[in-house]
Amino acid sequence: MVTELVKSENSYQAAFRSVRELSPAAPWLELVRGSAMDRFDQLGFPSVRDEEWKYTNLATLAKESFEPLTSAEQVAADDVGGYAYSEIGAHLVVVNGFLNEELSVTTGLADVVATDLFSAVDDARYNKIIRKYLARNAGYHNSGLTALNTAFIQSGVFVYIPKNVKLDKPLQITFIGGTANSATFPRVLVVAEEHSSATLIENFVAGNEGHYFTNATAEIVLKDGAHLEHYRLQRESKKAFHVSTTSAELGRASRYATTSINLGAQLSRHDISVVLDHEGAETSVDGLYMVDSDQHTDTHSVIDHKQPHCNSHQLYKGILDGNSRAVFNGKIFVREGAQKTDAIQTNKNLLLSEKARVDTKPQLEIYADDVKCAHGAAVGQIDPEELFYLETRGIGPELGRSLLTYGFAEEVIAKIKLESIRAELDQIVLNQLHASLET
Amino acid sequence: MLEIRNLHAGIDGKEILKGIDLTVNKGEIHAIMGPNGSGKSTLAKVLAGHPQYEVTAGEILYEGRNLLDMAPDERAREGVFMAFQYPIEVPGVSNAQFLRLAYNEKRKHLGEEELDPLEFKDLLKERAKVVEMEASFMTRSVNEGFSGGEKKRNEILQMAVLQPKLAVLDETDSGLDIDALRVVANGVNQLLTPDNAIIVVTHYQRLLNYIVPDFVHVLSSGRIVREGGKELALELESKGYDWIKTADNGKGAVAPAQ
Repeated sequence: MVTELVKSENSYQAAFRSVRELSPAAPWLELVRGSAMDRFDQLGFPSVRDEEWKYTNLATLAKESFEPLTSAEQVAADDVGGYAYSEIGAHLVVVNGFLNEELSVTTGLADVVATDLFSAVDDARYNKIIRKYLARNAGYHNSGLTALNTAFIQSGVFVYIPKNVKLDKPLQITFIGGTANSATFPRVLVVAEEHSSATLIENFVAGNEGHYFTNATAEIVLKDGAHLEHYRLQRESKKAFHVSTTSAELGRASRYATTSINLGAQLSRHDISVVLDHEGAETSVDGLYMVDSDQHTDTHSVIDHKQPHCNSHQLYKGILDGNSRAVFNGKIFVREGAQKTDAIQTNKNLLLSEKARVDTKPQLEIYADDVKCAHGAAVGQIDPEELFYLETRGIGPELGRSLLTYGFAEEVIAKIKLESIRAELDQIVLNQLHASLET
Repeated sequence: MLEIRNLHAGIDGKEILKGIDLTVNKGEIHAIMGPNGSGKSTLAKVLAGHPQYEVTAGEILYEGRNLLDMAPDERAREGVFMAFQYPIEVPGVSNAQFLRLAYNEKRKHLGEEELDPLEFKDLLKERAKVVEMEASFMTRSVNEGFSGGEKKRNEILQMAVLQPKLAVLDETDSGLDIDALRVVANGVNQLLTPDNAIIVVTHYQRLLNYIVPDFVHVLSSGRIVREGGKELALELESKGYDWIKTADNGKGAVAPAQ
């Protein structure tokens, strides 16, 4: 098994060499990619011996020989319009990690920049900003997976929202994966300047129900007073591996509201971190995971209150059916001096089958004394009294269970501000429950 | 419409109802009264089909059919309704969604056409007047964050929408102030027709000032120990339940009302 691990890493090493040949980068970026690859060689894939990976075993992923795609030529996608939500303005389409400008629609961006990250590095207008923020919040020194993603930066998306600019329609990025046995490395960097505001949708979809590996990283920088609504939808193939990192740093009085929906992949892992390092910053970090059969989903979140007067609200809900398994690990740090912190964290799980299993661990670490913090976790089943109530109104047990499950999910879905996403999720939830419920 | 014969029922192996006989005809209002623990709520729950309650003997005929053979949802679609003493909250499901679903399930069952959201909205608006409920309640989650009185009104709204043939009101007056009580009772009265029947389960007489029963049955220790007209309720109000318990002595004989 050890030999196989080494062999697999060598295949990434070989692919990395061709990345360097095919996509030579600015010297500083070469250095970043090179040291990230070195770091991956040292760290490899995380193992269950690592506390943060105790319940999510990547041994299978490590053993497989997924082929990193090293050029955009292997890219193919047809009808992508169907992935666009109706409220959006611009729609960037990223296929196998490569931004495809022909498939993308960039109208309605006005002063907002949304372009190929790798190319923007060579653009004098953005060079300094990218150099400053790339690989800053999603560090690769402690994460083999982020290291691997960083080593394979060859395209990706750079979003720049200039000072005071308010993007009136959401910007959507759709990531299409699905090439059989491929490993792809979508990368996003968002920099929102002072007092700007925007809505961003990251939409991960499967081009087909194939077996592949997506390793995605998004870094988000909000300057003072900036406001970002961020929706992240993951509907990869149910045979795929999806590991991803979202890292955000929040400026003074900025606001970052994010909702992550995890529905797809055989195995998915999302690491989300929000650092509140300036006074008055606010964040809401919500999520819904819904899995069945043999799916495994894992969310690890870190919300780090470093300065006073910041708020964070977190609500994650999970619905598990079949043999599925979910992990939720949420850490909230309130650092020394982060007085008047207001932090709430809740994780609730609904088990629809006897075999489904959840490991949930909300954690609060508080080093300040004048704070308001609460956290809680729950794992439960459909309440028979609730079901009986519905039955006495003529709603049969099967439909009743669906209705209660739908209601459980609604607490997260109803907060989503985009009607088309809400409607789609309602439909997905009901389809998954094999129920129909016109709303 | 409803015939209960020698009903014995209980929960967790403990017998609570020890031989109930009760006949309810169309157009009638029956009150079931009795002290705490007498089995009133058990009777209501058995009628609705609560899975935790077990019927050990006797039978219940509803429109000539064996009610006990019917699942709770089938009973509901066939016109049996129970207003809960403690209505359940259903987070994330709006009152309007819930009511339309229940309404259409019944329509489907009866072979009638379902109503689309717009048609149903009109119907709901009309029925909501019965309990003076504002439109804002329709978009809120079922019973979530409702006050005690609002929950009870919502129960009667459901009754107004579903138009049951047999409605069982389980302690609908509990926790209601006098104004809410009047609204709820007024709603129930509007829903009474010559073709349906209502069983009012209550500890106190005060609801019966507003919903005037044709018959009063007094339960004690799982048996009906007194039966009479509405004046029996008044008598209980002035004398309390102790004299019934004493008179009953656990023998189970039904004494005629004075």
